[in-house]
Amino acid sequence: MVLINIKIKRKTLDNENSYFQIFKYEGDINSSIAFVLEDINSREKLIDTEGNFAERIEWDCGCLQKKCGACAMIINGNPSLACSSLLKDLIKDDNNLITIEPLSKFPTVSDLKTNKYSIFKSLQDMKLYLESEPKINKNQHESEYQSSRCLMCGCCLEICPNFDISNTFNGTLSMVNGFKLINQENEKNHKNEMIQEYRKHYYNGCGKSLSCEEICPINLPIEQLLSKSNAIGVWGRNLK
Amino acid sequence: MTKLIIIGAGLAGLSAAISACKEKNNEVILISTMPSERAQSVMAEGGINGALNTKGENDSVEEHFNDTMNAGLHLANPNAVKSLTYHAPQIIKDLASYGTMFNRDDNENIDLRNFGGQKKKRTAFAKSSSGKQIMTSLIQKVRKYEIQGLIKRYTSHKFLKIIKNESDACIGCVVINTQNQELIPIFGDSVIISTGGMHGLFTNTTGSLDNTGIVTSELFTSGIPIANGEFIQFHPTTMKFSKKHLLISEAARGEGGRLFSYKNGKKWYFMEEKYPEMGNLMPRDVISREIWNILNEDDSIDNVYLDLTELPEEILENNLFEIIDDCETFFNINPKKEPIPIIPGIHYFMGGIKVDEYHRTEIKGLYAAGECACQYHGANRLGGNSLLGAVFGGIVSCKTALKDRNNNQNSSETNPKELLEIKEQINQLKKRSRKNPIPTLKNELSNILENSLDIVRNEETLEKGLNDLNNFIDTKVEDNYDSTSGIYENINFKNQCLLAKALIESAIARKESRGAHTRSDFPETNDKDYKKTTIARYNGKSIDIHFEEIPKLRE
Repeated sequence: MVLINIKIKRKTLDNENSYFQIFKYEGDINSSIAFVLEDINSREKLIDTEGNFAERIEWDCGCLQKKCGACAMIINGNPSLACSSLLKDLIKDDNNLITIEPLSKFPTVSDLKTNKYSIFKSLQDMKLYLESEPKINKNQHESEYQSSRCLMCGCCLEICPNFDISNTFNGTLSMVNGFKLINQENEKNHKNEMIQEYRKHYYNGCGKSLSCEEICPINLPIEQLLSKSNAIGVWGRNLK
Repeated sequence: MTKLIIIGAGLAGLSAAISACKEKNNEVILISTMPSERAQSVMAEGGINGALNTKGENDSVEEHFNDTMNAGLHLANPNAVKSLTYHAPQIIKDLASYGTMFNRDDNENIDLRNFGGQKKKRTAFAKSSSGKQIMTSLIQKVRKYEIQGLIKRYTSHKFLKIIKNESDACIGCVVINTQNQELIPIFGDSVIISTGGMHGLFTNTTGSLDNTGIVTSELFTSGIPIANGEFIQFHPTTMKFSKKHLLISEAARGEGGRLFSYKNGKKWYFMEEKYPEMGNLMPRDVISREIWNILNEDDSIDNVYLDLTELPEEILENNLFEIIDDCETFFNINPKKEPIPIIPGIHYFMGGIKVDEYHRTEIKGLYAAGECACQYHGANRLGGNSLLGAVFGGIVSCKTALKDRNNNQNSSETNPKELLEIKEQINQLKKRSRKNPIPTLKNELSNILENSLDIVRNEETLEKGLNDLNNFIDTKVEDNYDSTSGIYENINFKNQCLLAKALIESAIARKESRGAHTRSDFPETNDKDYKKTTIARYNGKSIDIHFEEIPKLRE
């Protein structure tokens, strides 16, 4: 059992201003942040540590097992999934204080909910789809599988020093998703179109800090996908 | 132009949307609470069935049909299953042509694995994340149509109510934008519901928390019947985690994992002992019941384990990667070295919105596909048939909708009566006197359901559940408004309770044991009275239960 203070950045639907509220949680040290949020929300009355009445915490969740990417948020400063961030890995000092905030690079809807519409729009802008049947290449199967695992959670964009919703650089997840499609497309014109978009929306903007590699909640092999994408998209090679 | 409105952007919804856009002159409005990446379909692990017959085992669509019907104890519509199994091989090939990264064998054929209830290798898979890999390829396909303007997504919108014309046909629906609470009427030629199973009524489930079953409950309360609601599949191998269960895919047993428990200090492989032929790959209902019996009837046994330690490293890494990763992340268990303690958990609802062979509901212009619909699986679903049923159901519902289309293009009044009704309902809600918090009520509802609708049921526990539920509704739910929860949750909570009641009443009415419905007081299967579909219908006051004949297989 462990007693923690969980400090949550709050914002209501109809108000621009954010504020912090702290709640106490006592429970198993193996609990995830998602479990803690569920637990706090299922209390009869929600009272913060200063004794104030609080509204229930708004956050997105789905699978609770690292497969849907809904619960991405900033936990102790790191973009992470609430479902797979466990208290035992987060408690660092004697205060047992854990701070959680919404991803900062997307508009906050309310509390920990953000509007990630721009992610899906950016993938459309980059024309990321197949026009032809996919080219089958046994050697690239594993990389293409990894490309298709991406959760679109947005953690890689949050940590990226180059990504900002207002500029043309679409960030790591667009490269990760694009890799498979660029490599599999048999229709030349559309392949070239995707390559052009890749250069414009990814290659020209990536500063290669690779902060995304460490932060990806499902450990996608980002550097490997990046070098393969560049091989095709920038150096014009065909992968063997 | 024919305009289809699709509620739910999981596998069935995307499949219907793609099917519509493959033909000319159709457009799609795709409504979902969250983006497709968050749909429960991405959680599907094991694979998708189809008699591709590439393993030299002489497999056939007839055998797939027989296995599906037998596993479902002959409650499914045989004509629908015939069509499902006949089209399955092509569906898998189509998914591969969209770019789904199925595992391939040495000949670059789509690889097939063994799965429960089937003696032949028939399950195409992508490691143990088949749902995610299929969804990614369909999302990319849908993206092409979005760019072309054929599919318009309304993400962050929830379904509230269907809109009907004067002849009672469905011509659209009212949705609520969750980002600003705005109510919006949307009109089209037909509406396809693909909103997933009723997992949200329970907590001992592997399903997504976002699969609330609320849409089904709203439709049920408005008079659309539920079929076979008592048939709830417990997956034998799950683990309790967070406020739900985590699935350990059947793939683990398909690849050679063994179930055991300790008896007198020795490993007891109870499935292999009792069922020497199929062993650990018996259908899910059978294994879950065996585990339930062991845990409830033998005081000396507290745990059942799934053992993967004997599997080759290569199989574990290439075919079961996600299972190993989940166990390590969430439980600190390394399945390569130690057995996994498991318990059965709710995994799939065979029952749901009643549809005909072509996915029509009783309302003209309204269709249902995927887990929310009662189709294909009868009394118990075969592993590998849910992804298949979702893809195929999406295609069939779309084709039927296009064929039946209403031509409602002209109806687009800004204030349909349904919208006004909801606005009035919201005004009335806020005047209510009880103030019970919905999350607490929800836990109480799940508790009642979990105590009565367990793997093994009997009259006494079911009647107690029904009583408790009636009391609960009368004393806590009626006249309740929780200002700390959303309008959507408030409007629908009583509907969820009524749907829950339909599930219990269906289980009471079926006085036999069949598939996932086991009655300790009626242990035998009774074909004469109950080889039928259970229909639960709400008449505005009470729930009527009756049984309908199952259509005969056409020649």
